[in-house]
Amino acid sequence: MNAPPTPDIAAGSEVAPASKAQHAERVSTGMFGVSGTGDTSGFGGLVRRFVPVKSSPRPFGGYFDELVDALTTALAEVGAVADAIMRVVVDRCELTLHIRPDVLLTVAGQLRDSPALRFELCSSVSGVDYFDPDAPQEIAPQRLHAVYHLMSMTYRRRLRLEVAVDAQHPRVPSVTSVYPTADWQEREAYDMFGIVFDGHPALTRILMPDDWDGHPQRKDYPLGGVPVEYKGAQIPPPDNRRAYR
Amino acid sequence: MGLEEKVPTGILLASVEKLVNWSRTSSLWPATFGLACCAIEMMTTGAARYDMGRFGMEVFRASPRQADLMIVAGRVSQKMAPVLRQIYDQMPEPKWVLSMGVCASSGGMFNNYAIVQGVDHIVPVDIYLPGCPPRPEMLLDAILRLHEKIKDEPLGAKRASQKKLELQKLEVQKLAVQKVEEHSGATQDLPAPRLRPGVMPSSFRFNKARRKSWEQAAERGEAEQLRVREHMEHLLSLNAQQRDTDQKEERP
Amino acid sequence: MTQPPNPDAYATARETTQGRIYTLTGGDWDSLLAETDPLSAERLVVNMGPQHPSTHGVLRLVLELQGETVTQARSVIGYLHTGIEKNAEYRTWTQGVTFVTRMDYLSPVFNETGYCLAVEKLLGISAPERAQTIRVLLMELNRISSHLVWLATAGMELGALSMMIYGFRERELILDIFELITGLRMNMAYVRPGGVVADLPPQAHAKISEFLRVMPGHIKSYEDLLSGNPVWRARTQGIGFLDLTGCMALGITGPVLRSAGLGWDLRKTEPYCGYENYTFDVPTQTTGDVWGRYLVRLAEMRESLTIVEQALDNLRPGPVMVTDKKIAWPAQLALGADGLGNSLEHIRTIMGQSMESLIHHFKLVTEGFRVPEGQVYVPIESPRGELGMHLVSSGGTRPYRLHVREPSFVNLQAFPAMVEGAPIADVIAAGASLDPVMGGVDR
Repeated sequence: MNAPPTPDIAAGSEVAPASKAQHAERVSTGMFGVSGTGDTSGFGGLVRRFVPVKSSPRPFGGYFDELVDALTTALAEVGAVADAIMRVVVDRCELTLHIRPDVLLTVAGQLRDSPALRFELCSSVSGVDYFDPDAPQEIAPQRLHAVYHLMSMTYRRRLRLEVAVDAQHPRVPSVTSVYPTADWQEREAYDMFGIVFDGHPALTRILMPDDWDGHPQRKDYPLGGVPVEYKGAQIPPPDNRRAYR
Repeated sequence: MGLEEKVPTGILLASVEKLVNWSRTSSLWPATFGLACCAIEMMTTGAARYDMGRFGMEVFRASPRQADLMIVAGRVSQKMAPVLRQIYDQMPEPKWVLSMGVCASSGGMFNNYAIVQGVDHIVPVDIYLPGCPPRPEMLLDAILRLHEKIKDEPLGAKRASQKKLELQKLEVQKLAVQKVEEHSGATQDLPAPRLRPGVMPSSFRFNKARRKSWEQAAERGEAEQLRVREHMEHLLSLNAQQRDTDQKEERP
Repeated sequence: MTQPPNPDAYATARETTQGRIYTLTGGDWDSLLAETDPLSAERLVVNMGPQHPSTHGVLRLVLELQGETVTQARSVIGYLHTGIEKNAEYRTWTQGVTFVTRMDYLSPVFNETGYCLAVEKLLGISAPERAQTIRVLLMELNRISSHLVWLATAGMELGALSMMIYGFRERELILDIFELITGLRMNMAYVRPGGVVADLPPQAHAKISEFLRVMPGHIKSYEDLLSGNPVWRARTQGIGFLDLTGCMALGITGPVLRSAGLGWDLRKTEPYCGYENYTFDVPTQTTGDVWGRYLVRLAEMRESLTIVEQALDNLRPGPVMVTDKKIAWPAQLALGADGLGNSLEHIRTIMGQSMESLIHHFKLVTEGFRVPEGQVYVPIESPRGELGMHLVSSGGTRPYRLHVREPSFVNLQAFPAMVEGAPIADVIAAGASLDPVMGGVDR
């Protein structure tokens, strides 16, 4: 799929058409605070195009149609809301389903238990921060995405679920009750992105020290330059020692 | 029986310092402080092909209390840094630190939020060993160089006086900095200098020879350099005097 | 003379003509145990690590003991967190290889290959056949060396000290091959998006053949040393048990899953790099314990040897990098007197003859190539399980996000399930059988 954030994923149909159109054509240059020529990092010359994610038209090809149909049926049986699957994207032979955060647990449960789906293995849970400092206000909130990679060992199929949340209210239901393996991976996503997984048994930092400030893999967190002190030994911020640009 | 009977009788003379350093050199006990990739190369160095046992140090001590060499092998994260410092503090003196690999030495390629940019921020380092990771031969070479360093270390009163000298050096530097600050008139509340720039200062005007040296320097356009040089020499002599009086106070 | 009311049983004294004689004896364990029952009465919390010789790196375990039995185990990780995922966002796609190779430092080729496959999938290209074969060749050699380190360290931790010497000795043979081919022993960054950085040197074939000739004998000697050893059997059989249900719930992959009976190997189920053209077995065991994992890894080393042999036979002459000059690394590397570097002919051409080549070289090396926006997830079978690379591109010359699904990280979650209720001595065996590499766990 699947360019960075789009108003469509982010705010669904609430987004005003005007801002949608404005966003669709937007282009951002430079990265990490560098723009234009004059630096050797190459960041200044970067051009990021914000192409809105488009739902793929049917047929998706391969087993994807069958899978999406089976999931829709299974969700209808348990009485989930009709628009639980907000968007189906097929790109590079990979299927991505954009899911509403509130129904994630139902979807995951059906994906694991429904006989036609049988996604037994949750390969990976991680976060992606589609942060865009210049983005219009109405889409900036939906920047944090929790991404789940599921695997069906029975049918040898793979599937990606994506859930988008605000940075102000980054709450996603935890799937640990369905996939216990998500335990540490959700903790890592919390540590690195600050996504709060509701219902997680012990959502604490896992990689960074417990008293660390901020969530390092967010795009607005600097790469370096974090001063730390131990027993009187001061570690100066690295950007005081070396040039970043 | 055995070797003792073959040893020629007589007296072997050596200074205590040399003897102690020799024995310290010959039985360094490294602490197992493997962190990352370098730790694998460190283990390789201890294993069959490279065999660190040839230099009397094949036994890696798991407990810092029984170790005197800390080989920091790998990147030190911010989370690991307090642990590393604690282990260093637990090691008994004398102790040495070998910073193995670029990550431990300077942060290496990981110039980011997670990695301490050089372990020398946390513990004093004796030998830096570059490489990513360094080959086992390089680690052996670094250890042999550390041996050389240990062999020349002073002992007893000499060591104490060396430590004191180092401290004094620090103090003298501080003093010099203080004096330069005083002389430079950098402080805000001092009145602005009344002399125009380039005018001969009174410290040169009072003496004919000095006046001449200033004029010659001014012709070459080096008057200001001359003044600075003289000032620095003056400071150094002050420091030397200070040292002499300190030593005189010690002697009795 | 009357005896004192409470004579010390362990330090009796009697008067003789020579003076008073004391007889000191040791304590009696039975009477000591009768007073308190340390096997059931004491609750002890033991902190193990992060600097501990038997925890495979900087892993910290907090164990709650009831006597000698572990009642609760928690693992604390993050002591080697390196920020590689974020660092890679600041470097070009090609430079990303040098970062990922340093994650799981015992299996660098797997990290590189997984990353490069993901970049290639994003680009919609695939590496030439010879490059794929070389990747397979190096990956399987790497699998053997990784399992050798596992065998060496696990053996050392369980008391088979000679196994450590043997494991590292044979690993050197593989590192020699790596050094010959890539120029480095570890962290070689040899696999690049679009292929591999240089072709095999002429001596490689003979060197690998020689290795293939001697290695089966070495594997047999490990088996002779350990498999029949009663201490080794007692310390591995029935230890660290995790059944298939537990493995599935906890997302365990790799040798640990295969030791529980499921022959799940991505080389078979989702072949990549042309693994479908090789004949090999997926060894499994049904014991689900440390012993089973040991047998699986030994058998995997043998299977890897057959794959290396086939890969060596399959090597056909051809390019090792895609022909698209907008992606292929512009340097033409050659082995000179001072090591691997740019070939002098190439430098002569770009410096002396073609201004466009020089511009192209400069542009591609400093800025890098662009990758169309999108995201992919590419899983491969590393020595520890499913190594997944989730790469997001925003259409620029740097990755927008790199997430690595590390098998060590996920498998380490199974540690409490394996050791709770077991004696503390088995903690080491169970932890070692997971084969966690902290560089991979913490990244």
